[in-house]
Amino acid sequence: MEDCDLIILWGSNARETHPIFFHHVLKALHKGAKLIVVDPRRTTSAQWADTWLGIDVGTDIALANAIGREIIANGWQHSEFVEHSTSGFEAYRAHVERYTLEAAEKATGVPAALIRQAAEMYAKAGKAELCWTLGITEHRHGVDNVVALISLALLTGHVGRYGSGLNPLRGQNNVQGGGDMGALPDRLPGIQHVENDELRQKFERAWGVPIPPKKGLNLSEMFEAMEHGDLDTLYVIGENPADSEADRHRALKLLRGLDLLVVQDILFTKTAEMADVVLPAAAGWCESEGTVTSSERKVQRVRRAVAPPPGVRDDLAVMFDLARRLGHEWGEPVAEQVWDELRRLSPVHAGMTYARLEAMGGIPWPCYDEEHPGELFLHSRLWERPVLGPRAPFSCVDQVDPADPLDETFPLRLTTGRHLDSYNTGVQSGGYTSPLRRGPTIDLAPEDGARWGVAEGESVKISSRRGSVIAPVRFDSGLRPGLAFMTLHFPDQMATNDLTIDAVDPRSGTAEFKATAIRLDRVSVDATL
Amino acid sequence: MDLHFTSDQPTAEERAAVDSELGAPSTGWTGGARGSDLDGRTSGGGISAQSRHRLLPTLHAIQARIGWASPGALNYASLRLGLPPAETYGVASFYALFSTVPRPPVVVHVCDDISCRARGAEELLEVLGSTGVIPASATWLRSPCLGLCERAPAALLTVAGAKHGERVLAPATVQSVRAALLEPEIGPVPDVLSTELSVPQAFSLSDQPSDQPGRRQLRLLSRIGRAGAGSLKDYLATGGYLGLARAFEIGPERVVEEILVSKLLGRGGAAFPAGRKWQSARDAGRPPLLVCNADESEPGTFKDRVLIEGDPFALIEAMTIAGYAIGAELGYLYLRGEYPLAWERMEHALDAAGKSGHLGDDVLGRGVRFDIQLCRGAGAYICGEETALFNSIEGYRGEPRNKPPFPTQSGLFGRPTVVNNVETLVNVPWILREGGAAYASVGTPGSTGTKLFCLSGAVVRPGVYEVAFGATLREVLDLAGGTTGELRAILMGGAAGGFLGPADLDVPLTFEGLRAANAALGSGVILVFDETVDLAEILVRIAAFFRDESCGQCVPCRVGTARQEEILARLVRKRPIGSADQEIALLREIGQAMRDASICGLGHTASSAIESALGRWRIFS
Repeated sequence: MEDCDLIILWGSNARETHPIFFHHVLKALHKGAKLIVVDPRRTTSAQWADTWLGIDVGTDIALANAIGREIIANGWQHSEFVEHSTSGFEAYRAHVERYTLEAAEKATGVPAALIRQAAEMYAKAGKAELCWTLGITEHRHGVDNVVALISLALLTGHVGRYGSGLNPLRGQNNVQGGGDMGALPDRLPGIQHVENDELRQKFERAWGVPIPPKKGLNLSEMFEAMEHGDLDTLYVIGENPADSEADRHRALKLLRGLDLLVVQDILFTKTAEMADVVLPAAAGWCESEGTVTSSERKVQRVRRAVAPPPGVRDDLAVMFDLARRLGHEWGEPVAEQVWDELRRLSPVHAGMTYARLEAMGGIPWPCYDEEHPGELFLHSRLWERPVLGPRAPFSCVDQVDPADPLDETFPLRLTTGRHLDSYNTGVQSGGYTSPLRRGPTIDLAPEDGARWGVAEGESVKISSRRGSVIAPVRFDSGLRPGLAFMTLHFPDQMATNDLTIDAVDPRSGTAEFKATAIRLDRVSVDATL
Repeated sequence: MDLHFTSDQPTAEERAAVDSELGAPSTGWTGGARGSDLDGRTSGGGISAQSRHRLLPTLHAIQARIGWASPGALNYASLRLGLPPAETYGVASFYALFSTVPRPPVVVHVCDDISCRARGAEELLEVLGSTGVIPASATWLRSPCLGLCERAPAALLTVAGAKHGERVLAPATVQSVRAALLEPEIGPVPDVLSTELSVPQAFSLSDQPSDQPGRRQLRLLSRIGRAGAGSLKDYLATGGYLGLARAFEIGPERVVEEILVSKLLGRGGAAFPAGRKWQSARDAGRPPLLVCNADESEPGTFKDRVLIEGDPFALIEAMTIAGYAIGAELGYLYLRGEYPLAWERMEHALDAAGKSGHLGDDVLGRGVRFDIQLCRGAGAYICGEETALFNSIEGYRGEPRNKPPFPTQSGLFGRPTVVNNVETLVNVPWILREGGAAYASVGTPGSTGTKLFCLSGAVVRPGVYEVAFGATLREVLDLAGGTTGELRAILMGGAAGGFLGPADLDVPLTFEGLRAANAALGSGVILVFDETVDLAEILVRIAAFFRDESCGQCVPCRVGTARQEEILARLVRKRPIGSADQEIALLREIGQAMRDASICGLGHTASSAIESALGRWRIFS
């Protein structure tokens, strides 16, 4: 990151949401790298950018396709890479043909000249990183958004090389690790697909039990299943769906309707308040042994530094005791024994002994044996001649407008996000004060304040097609007229997710938190009390 | 970048002042009116758009137009330059010529430093301080040495407003200061060197050739007061640009060789061989920059001002030769902020040199690119330290950097940089014209060529004198007509130098000779005190100078200079903690700590003059 020439932050306000990562961005900038930020808001990240592209919410595919078209139209693509390492280029070329600069300007609001400039900068950069976060994924077409960006990297060869790559920034230190370890509906530990018979049978042999041959439900599908009465028991570990789900009213209703809700967490969350059973868990980063896996696929050790408080147990201990009560005696294995079992079953983790993890300060997967140093780049194979493994496919995706349309009744586009001083639903950050904290507000362009006749600090009623909340107004010149912003940090004072829509991308299970149609109403003083 | 502004807004006038330097803002994000459709869709900015090096000129524009930099003005400057307001405030509050508190538009800065003190500055200040003397629309401030010591006591008048400017008053009298404050018109600077504005003593001596032996051999001052300082034609008619022509003839490698042969040593105080500095910049492997250090602010020093005021083209030619030799396409000339006439002269000369093809993309049609960027200091002695000077040019507080890396490896903007003092450079055209060997034939083996000395204080004819290295202190004093009273002490090298006494008059004025006498040549200051001067007060003033001018970056200097002044103040008031000897022992210990542990030369030398005086005389017992 620090050695690249161009960084694109697309749908990411990393300055506030990934502050440590952004330090590495800053090092690159101080060494002369350029920064492009694509975001509807002029965020603090955008202040650091050489160019900020103020896109309309949910029009990322139109912008990405236009950039792709412009690159091809000027012959700026990396032809050698496209030819040897990718598939589907001709179809992609034909597909993006109609995404002209003019059409994209109309769709996205970003002036054509800037789109062209961004295309040129990205295509001509020696080393470029394309990074994104929830601005890309929290849409009902989030997966399409991602593959549209991947196509740009394939077009320019900005992948699988030192300083060049695709970089989805994860929200926590172990989001990657959670998925890698099988906390996904379709994967077994080691990112191995459950519907692959050979892989599944390997686990069945090792564990001596049959494993359901079909993938499970993702979070959104679980709520649907609750709605249809197909799911009546929920075991929640380290998640707070009562606050974090889009269309919170519906989520709360469904959670209340469960026969049994078990919550295992380090904090007494809103969801835990509703639970039948709460299992207090040790804090992973300081009270238990194990590993985490960062965004760069690097597995690192975590060690127990302090003992958990009385009555609080390690996740492993909870799990084994639960198994025992359910009739399975797994003994009392320690974290390293669990890890060694994973190494036997997951080829990409096979070479990572605790001793090596410790000695090397972490190892990025894949790491196939105890001689293997781990791969710095996941996709370096694409640069082998001939290419190792399958070619990387271009994807043809089309612009899909947000599910919640603007109209005369709901004329403002609300998007959501996070502040530097708070974390998600505030479970981990709400207990601390911060001089930076602004509290729950609806942020508006100053022009919209004038338009709706509301003053800064005045409480207003914010309504969407699903619900209403009341919050004070704050003016933010980083917003243009018609665009509003709220955080989800303060669900008790401002339940932002009462407004958001649960239109979900079926492939990712992620809801469209980023695009809600709202309106503002002034409230009498009485109503705010 | 993470710009957190207070709610203070600029006035229309403050806005205009900043815009006069930076041009009108192009977007709502950089201070223009918000609302253009584009502002909601894009913005530039980023580190690459930061124009940090334009911060000092912008602050100068605010100061000149408004008379002080208000929070609103600083906010606007920050917004325009993409800088956090805290950074801008940090810079504005660092430099003495900028005020961050309200101040009347007309200010007279009265020098109360050692030279002027020896010539009645305190008496002048006493009158100015009494009620009714200064009109309400104006104010007066004490100032460190203004570099006008030959005409002490000196004052600098600054006038802010639509018609702004600076003017020196020297010698300043109560009448001249009052008149200037009541009628603060800043007229155009006269085109010819007016003796009223600057007295080049070397010139006045030409009428008395017997006073200065070898007058005809003047190398550095030969044109001062003779040729029109603003006239390129006069410069060319008196041997100007022959040095550059010769340089082009022999090529850059041999230019450096000539400088090495001449054994020219740096005149800024460190006496580093100029040729070796040039050579290492050439060897750095990256295109270097040239910097001329004209931030002359060592108390008692004014030779560089006289050189620039009287012979600006000589410096331009010298910088061009140096740039050509080291392969630099750009030279920065960092001129002291308190030198309005030198600034005008140099601006004018640079303009003329550019127009006539002596500077620019193709110097004299020889395919050589060289230009000079004139930068104005803002009242900070520390910026004479080369790395502090880099920071100042780059738009930062003038805080010295750690060395290594040395400037020839990584200097201004991180590039290899040669820094030379004005006087050092002005030797260069002569060396090229006459040859390095001819240059070295004058002076002593260890100190070749001639040297400028700044005589001030209790001498009959203060001024700049050029003598061949090797002349004795007595001979130079004689040139200046001797002392006005009974000779008591001589401060050599300025506040950072050391004292000599009446017994030392036969010390040869060479680098090695003064070193042997436990003194330093420094910047060529010879400040003479007669029996009427209270040396204790002079020492307190020197201590106050260093306490005030310490940049505060490193602890030994920041704390040491303050403790040093406190001890001297206690000694003067005859209220020592313990005995006077104990206080002096403590003073020496603090001096040692500053020498051992300070980052830069300011701390290293902040106690040298004081300790040398205490070693010579029993001042406090």
